[in-house]
Amino acid sequence: MEGIKIAGAIITLVGAIFIFLGGLGLVRMPDLFNRIQAGTKASTLGTILSLIGLAMVNEGWIWKLLIIIVFVLITNPVSSNMIARAAHHRGEKLTGQTLTDMLEEETDNSKEMEDEL
Amino acid sequence: MNIRNIVNLFVLLFLIWLMLTGTLEPVSIAVGLLLAAGLSIAFGKNSMVFGKLRFTPKMFYYTFLYLVVFGWELIKSNFKVALLVINPKLPINPGIIKVKTKLKSPMGRMILANSVTLTPGTLTIDIIGDTFYIHWIDVKTLDPEEAGREIIGKFEKYLEVIYG
Amino acid sequence: MVDKILIAAGILMILGIFLSLYRFIKGPDVSNRVISFDVMTVISVSVIALIAHFAGRIIYLDVALVYALLSFVSVVVIARYIERGL
Repeated sequence: MEGIKIAGAIITLVGAIFIFLGGLGLVRMPDLFNRIQAGTKASTLGTILSLIGLAMVNEGWIWKLLIIIVFVLITNPVSSNMIARAAHHRGEKLTGQTLTDMLEEETDNSKEMEDEL
Repeated sequence: MNIRNIVNLFVLLFLIWLMLTGTLEPVSIAVGLLLAAGLSIAFGKNSMVFGKLRFTPKMFYYTFLYLVVFGWELIKSNFKVALLVINPKLPINPGIIKVKTKLKSPMGRMILANSVTLTPGTLTIDIIGDTFYIHWIDVKTLDPEEAGREIIGKFEKYLEVIYG
Repeated sequence: MVDKILIAAGILMILGIFLSLYRFIKGPDVSNRVISFDVMTVISVSVIALIAHFAGRIIYLDVALVYALLSFVSVVVIARYIERGL
């Protein structure tokens, strides 16, 4: 029993390390999209891992924690996708290292077609 | 069709109720049954959640396989991005590329887009028609076909079976 | 032993919140601030779950669930506002 609890605590610690790295990525990355990549994703896995760890530490909490985990898994990609789309729509600047932006070309083409019409 | 949607929604809502309350007392179960029945009758007609999904053993098997593959990808790519973040030189190589999908059903496309977003390193920005615009933190190829195999190929083959 | 490891995890999570707070204050525009707000709320969910463990009360998990729900709705609303106004 004690072994499972210690394993759960260690899983929570690993999750906390991912959360910390997510925060660090948010500070270090050069533009919005890379920040979304490093920040939201790492903190999502971190949260899931720490909740699983807590479910192992406290028996009987597993069902409620499972609901929170599923909820975070469903909502998090939706919200980050919406922010990314809104920011791109608004003309967010990409970092100088960016290789290509095929979405920008596409929207430019459709604007030209609208102008011709 | 309608009845099936309502029953599916009822089962889902009742399972969520059981997980939330965490007890098996008769009163709590009765309240849960009533609430789930009311909500599923009120909203079941327009529910898209299950769409044209057919519950066959093959589908459950592939859903399980999909979850395993997805979990493994999630952990693998999280480690990759975590190593990127603590690297002092920050060797990123970002770009927005486009990828075409073979999936037809809207629900399958939504799950594919969300899976791509949840795995670090790739982020779906927009979907126009059957084209996904994906921000990739470490662009390896600009060719849509090859990028498709690299990013969504792993998920697509399971979702194709599940959603048909 | 278990509690000591969990306290270390809690400290790391709080540090993560402070890092995203730095981005929230410095962030050049509104989209960056929304992203750091999103990250902060996701971290807060696991901090609240940790508090529930230390208090020994399962009812606090409901707070975490409602918190996650409200933050999702607010982020979606702000994203729509950025995209084309209300």
